[in-house]
Amino acid sequence: MISFNNVHKAYGDHEVLKGINAEVGKGQVVCLIGPSGSGKSTLLRCVNGLEEYQKGDILIDNDRVDAEAKSIHSLRTRVSMVFQRFNLFPHMTALENVMEGPVHVLKENKASARKHAEELLTRVGLSEKMDFYPSALSGGQQQRVAIARALAMKPEAILFDEPTSALDPEMVGEVLQVMRSLAEEHMTMIVVTHEIQFAREVADSVLFLDGGKIVEQGQAREVLTNPQHERTQDFLRRVTHPV
Amino acid sequence: MTDFFTRSAEYLPLLLSGLWLTVAVTVLSLVLATALGLLWALLRTSGVPWLSGPTRVFVELVRGIPILVVLFYIYFVMPELGVDLTAFQAGVIGLALTYSCYIGETFRAGIEAVDKGQLEAAKSIGMKRPMMMRRIVLPQAFKIVMPPYANNSVMLLKDSSQVSVISVAELTMQGKMLASSTFDNMTVFTLVALLYLCLTIPLNLGMGRIEKMLRRSR
Repeated sequence: MISFNNVHKAYGDHEVLKGINAEVGKGQVVCLIGPSGSGKSTLLRCVNGLEEYQKGDILIDNDRVDAEAKSIHSLRTRVSMVFQRFNLFPHMTALENVMEGPVHVLKENKASARKHAEELLTRVGLSEKMDFYPSALSGGQQQRVAIARALAMKPEAILFDEPTSALDPEMVGEVLQVMRSLAEEHMTMIVVTHEIQFAREVADSVLFLDGGKIVEQGQAREVLTNPQHERTQDFLRRVTHPV
Repeated sequence: MTDFFTRSAEYLPLLLSGLWLTVAVTVLSLVLATALGLLWALLRTSGVPWLSGPTRVFVELVRGIPILVVLFYIYFVMPELGVDLTAFQAGVIGLALTYSCYIGETFRAGIEAVDKGQLEAAKSIGMKRPMMMRRIVLPQAFKIVMPPYANNSVMLLKDSSQVSVISVAELTMQGKMLASSTFDNMTVFTLVALLYLCLTIPLNLGMGRIEKMLRRSR
């Protein structure tokens, strides 16, 4: 559904992506892992046109992602994004945040958009908080609203950019739980994460990036329990046994 | 003291007619300056070089010219170019132009202060730039710029006294004429100062209230 063909990106002389090739099938969950600076967030952001890439192709069902082209707006409505820092709209309630895209971008009928938004917020466990502003919600609750906002676009895939990295430890579980349930319903997901446990249990495949290249990729369980490449082994040792 | 009051009663009608003009000049210029200021800010943050560049030059030029010179220019030079304006019109346009540049810079700073993550979130749900500005950026920017904007408004109100130099008979001008015909400087200028305070204090309080309302709504 989403394919990367020889994707290159550089900031000036500094190359951050050096020829990425990968394929994400419909209904698959793919986790991108790797040390910081390895290019995994950049790669994810390229899929949504938040970053440009200079060479190669990123295709969403055969439509090329081009941040400069007019088509980018409609592509973005097909692939939603969840950010590390939530980025909820602070001047809108939780419900309004979720309704914003459907009502104003997709021009859906307001009553049915509201109904759908209420269902989504209930689904992520926030039926009691619909009329709260983001500033009155915890980090975990905000991130769940953000996931509901992404789902409200009825996307074909969702991109998660370190969705639990800005959360207090006790709130990580509630967000992963929601993501797990999406995976069970076969939502196509690309997840940049440091949650190895989550990747092992939920992901279909894992891409390990280092220095702008995919060093290792394959079935999640395979790569994470029995990594072949030295870099992968080293990285996994560090994140699972930090001391 | 009773003297002060009897004389005040005598002077007030004239001063009130000046006060009314001051209010008219201020309100009209503020509305115009706000609309233009918003336009300058949007052009400057548009990311389109042929829009932001000229706007920047224009804003810097106007900001670098004293308001009195701007007023003289509009009132005395424009007629030579075939544009005849009444003193009132020239005063409003001059104030509005000058303040649109101050207010525009304030708005620009506000727009740029909105978290970049907000832009990304808006883009990621498929918003195009105009909608993103209208629905996401500007509502947050207005909240940020409210205090400096309030300050600009009060400054504009006080600077409306400058249009007296091109013979608009607003409060300061009426005071000056009254004082020079009665030689009662003390009473006249005390009244003029008090009348300005009758405008600036409520304006400050009103702006403060709006600020508080905006802060509560988040």
